[in-house]
Amino acid sequence: MTCLPGHTDKKLGLVIDLDTCVGCHACVTACKGWNDQGYGAPLSDQDAHGADPSGTFLNRVHSYQVAPPDAAPFTVNFPRSCLHCEDAPCVPVCPTGASYKRAEDGIVLVNEAACIGCGLCAWACPYGAREMDAAAGVMKKCTLCVDRIYNENLPEEDREPACVRTCPTGARHFGDLGDPDSSVSRLVADRGGVDLMPEMGTRPVNKYLPPRAKDLGGNAAPLAPLLDVQAAGFAGWLDRMLGKIG
Amino acid sequence: MTQPILNLSPPVSDEIRQTTCYMCACRCGINVHLTSGKVSYVEGNRAHPVNKGVLCAKGASGIRQITAPSRLSQPLRRVGPRGSGAFEPIGWEEALALAVEWMAPLRETAPEKLAFFTGRDQSQSLTSFWAQNFGTPNYAAHGGFCSVNMAAAGIYTIGGAFWEFGQPDWDHTRLFILFGVAEDHDSNPIKIGLGRLKARGARVVGVNPVRSGYNAVADDWYGITPGTDGLLILSLIHCLLEAGKVDLAYLARFTNAPCLVGPDGLFLRDADDKPLVVSQGAAVPFDTPGIAPDLGATHQGARTVFQHMAERYLSPDHAPEAVADRCGIPAPRIRALAAEIAEAAFNHPVTIHQPWTDFRGDRHEAMTGRPVSFHAMRGISAHSNGFQTARALHLLQILLGAVETPGGYRFKPPYPKPAEAHPAPHCKVTPGKPLDGPHLGYPRGPEHLCLRADGTPARIDKAFSWENPLSAHGMMHMVIANAHAGDPYRIDTLFLYMANMAWNSSMNTAAVMGMLTDKSADGEYRIPRIIYSDAYASEMVAYADLILPDTTYLERHDCISLLDRPISEPDAAGDAIRWPVVEPDRDVRGFQSVLIDLGARLGLPGFVDADGAPLYADYADYIVNHQRRPGIGPLMGWRGDGEAEGRGDPNPAQLDRYIENGAFYQAHVPEDARYFKPWNRAYQDWAVRTGLYDAPQPYLLSIWSEPMRRFQRAAEGEGPRQPPDHMRARLKQAMDPLPCWYPPFGDDAAADYPLHALTQRPMAMYHSWGSQNAWLRQIHGQNPLYVPTAVWQAQGFAEGDWARVTSPTGEITVPVAHMAALNPRTVWTWNAIGKRKGAWGLDPQAPEATKGFLLNHLIHELLPPKGDGHRWSNSDPVTGQAAWFDLRVRVEKCAPPPEALPQFPVLPDQGRGRA
Repeated sequence: MTCLPGHTDKKLGLVIDLDTCVGCHACVTACKGWNDQGYGAPLSDQDAHGADPSGTFLNRVHSYQVAPPDAAPFTVNFPRSCLHCEDAPCVPVCPTGASYKRAEDGIVLVNEAACIGCGLCAWACPYGAREMDAAAGVMKKCTLCVDRIYNENLPEEDREPACVRTCPTGARHFGDLGDPDSSVSRLVADRGGVDLMPEMGTRPVNKYLPPRAKDLGGNAAPLAPLLDVQAAGFAGWLDRMLGKIG
Repeated sequence: MTQPILNLSPPVSDEIRQTTCYMCACRCGINVHLTSGKVSYVEGNRAHPVNKGVLCAKGASGIRQITAPSRLSQPLRRVGPRGSGAFEPIGWEEALALAVEWMAPLRETAPEKLAFFTGRDQSQSLTSFWAQNFGTPNYAAHGGFCSVNMAAAGIYTIGGAFWEFGQPDWDHTRLFILFGVAEDHDSNPIKIGLGRLKARGARVVGVNPVRSGYNAVADDWYGITPGTDGLLILSLIHCLLEAGKVDLAYLARFTNAPCLVGPDGLFLRDADDKPLVVSQGAAVPFDTPGIAPDLGATHQGARTVFQHMAERYLSPDHAPEAVADRCGIPAPRIRALAAEIAEAAFNHPVTIHQPWTDFRGDRHEAMTGRPVSFHAMRGISAHSNGFQTARALHLLQILLGAVETPGGYRFKPPYPKPAEAHPAPHCKVTPGKPLDGPHLGYPRGPEHLCLRADGTPARIDKAFSWENPLSAHGMMHMVIANAHAGDPYRIDTLFLYMANMAWNSSMNTAAVMGMLTDKSADGEYRIPRIIYSDAYASEMVAYADLILPDTTYLERHDCISLLDRPISEPDAAGDAIRWPVVEPDRDVRGFQSVLIDLGARLGLPGFVDADGAPLYADYADYIVNHQRRPGIGPLMGWRGDGEAEGRGDPNPAQLDRYIENGAFYQAHVPEDARYFKPWNRAYQDWAVRTGLYDAPQPYLLSIWSEPMRRFQRAAEGEGPRQPPDHMRARLKQAMDPLPCWYPPFGDDAAADYPLHALTQRPMAMYHSWGSQNAWLRQIHGQNPLYVPTAVWQAQGFAEGDWARVTSPTGEITVPVAHMAALNPRTVWTWNAIGKRKGAWGLDPQAPEATKGFLLNHLIHELLPPKGDGHRWSNSDPVTGQAAWFDLRVRVEKCAPPPEALPQFPVLPDQGRGRA
């Protein structure tokens, strides 16, 4: 069994804006592309051109229909990956110590050299954020691109997770949620960012910004007609209209 | 337990090569990482003007496209019956000799017997040049079945279209309204723009029957009934006019609103043929300096366009209450949207303190605009009323003063470019000689139609005929059906590039396969020869007699040219290249190089020198050395001595300079030229300097379309060139010089087929050439029919159920899924996910084939027979755009079949070795 660090120096994580995410899946394949050649074993695909293709993804996007009783139905696009929880249930269940949370930045990782592929961590995760790689037999999960964010071989502006770098709408933000003055913390404060399934007691580091209220109509005053066109006739309308030109 | 020590700075790759993506038509800049000579990672190029570093789902998946088992690997010659997929590999020399053996005699005797049509390629300035020099009138790309309504309505009305040819002023717009957009060519720029609007709290409104994607993040959603967008837009115009919320000063100065409409419906003109306006009581040419054109004038009994326009849309027919039921949107909601538009436009004008001078020579101290912008695409255009609907939307922009003003819609060079600045179409065939001019263009009247001496269509697709006079992109969707029918004539060789006409790019797919394999009484195929080039084993491959295998996008040269569809931004003209960042591992050649080779072998002008020797070694050589006009070539950057921009001699080092710069070039628009481009002297002069124009071409936005009126007059019996009588009524309605709305032709079937059926393109697979991608197919490997709540409940559907979907001309059986956020009279599915068994290098039991499906089987290329003996194409009567979204269906629950229906015989894998 593995212990969670009592304290992490930073709480690195993602803030994902559900008001802006259009569900394009750019983050899904950018993640796959980087991590296929990055930290640990490649993200394998099985039956890639076959009848039942499947593969390992560290980040997936789901679209949900929401039908409130008294408002128009709407669609929410929901990217899902490891939330790097402060009380990550996937860590203490690991029998080999492979699943761990980094003390310096709070990133939850799998030490693949120690992973026996038992799958207990995936069972423990209430978010379905871990995927067993069928080829390598080890557990894969979001690394927050730990091999990018400190990587001195990358230009400084690229030292962020691949999903954040690629997101076309800018719906994904990366930073230290342990620092109340960080841009991500301020975003969470300004936009009422929420924990996913707080009742699970996992204390996720990642936050979601909820969709803004929709379908309220504009706040414009109704348009007042210049005059009653039917009564005044087109000529009357034209006079009134062109009188405006000044 | 101690934490493992990690290497936090692993090497990323050996080398980065920067080129242009081609996973769709967006043309983003990409960094292709190479490790040990192999592509190891693909990411967006931060310096690139299109994507600014971001990249979509397709772009990052390109790494799996270049190793896909569906890649063709060598030239093939058909050995079995057509459609069987039985081929033998041949060498390139034999393949090219065979193509020449087929085509050379046609050029000498009857060039029109070659029909050359290209799909989603981006080299139309080369392919059209080749076809023109071959001499056939039968050339076009795929715009006719894509979105020509959008392109043509934009160019005829405001001098440029949506698409990637312009964009909202993302910096200043306050209200952004999307009509009928699920995804578009400008996919990453739209996403970047939406993100910016969201970040600064601007409002986004979606008008779309389906609330997915962009419409899902819209702050407000109008779930309109398909085919009624024009009705809604004209009602918004009604509300704005009624309240006096239009930009009169803009209308008077920059549009044809003050022009005088004579009794014949054409403008009063002076001796120099300039339209007249009234200023201070006198009729003067529209471009007279210092005038204040009077919108309310009458002159010699002629009223202004403004009066004709306002009178029409103020009519109670256009009131929200009169259209609400048909649009599926309550009248108060329509009024609220109009109020929201007026509020943003007129209570929050945007002023940039930048003096500028207009085409009349009048100086303006500032640039003031209306922060309302729009984007629209196939949802409004793929209907038989799509052209007029797109024109209505442009009229709304014009009335707001929101075209080329701060906060509104901005053109990207080479636009603005009005219809008058484009060529007219050409069709005069002379055996052994080039065509008399470019194939495609913008007719200004019946004199520009492509008709033969007997009045029948000159083109195999009947583009630019009375049936669809303004078919500016041709009508690729009619080529096979017309060639099979011999209507208007028979052809010999059909030459296609990158166009999956035996599957998702055709209406009535099963019948098209039949046409491709059908034989005449003499035992010969009705379409005798088919040459096809593609990089992948699409469904079309099996129907060709000769296959010329293309490379993938990372193995080739390309130019994304200002002569074609460049990568410009509103503040910069831009173009780009692709170059081989990896070498092909197969015996394949870039199609454009093959075309240049064929041009030389055929001795076509422009491809051989005076002695008949080839002018160009390959496409790269052509890109650098071809000059369309003296000093103007495919690429604008680093010409001449390496410093010339736009105009200059060929520079042998040009491609190297592009590669050094990340594969693109930009020429920046001067500060005082950034807005009001159609009228701004500084912009017009810059465009001439840069080679975009040869002379300034200011123009007025076209509320009243004289070209339309000229066709309408012909339908009324005026003029020397007259339509056949059976087309007069339809032309008179469709060629209305003011935007109008009429029910889509598909609604004739509404009584028995109560639902509308649409497709949308998934963002992760926009454009189907990525559909066999190993990663992307895990995201969209099958496509249910999405059904609205009312239908779901009425049919008693449950998860996992199937339905029989019937249209007036076809039937499919498919899986269904419930969707709440959907117009209650509409069903829809993802476009082009369904595959034929055995195609695309996929297992025949792939879900794309067993559960995926096409709506195409339900859509006929012709309208139901009218009993008049004529074949009426299922297209917009103005442009010929395929009316895909006119489709009406009936949906009934049925027992699940083992597989989606219809099914077709499994295609063999053509020797590639199936995965």
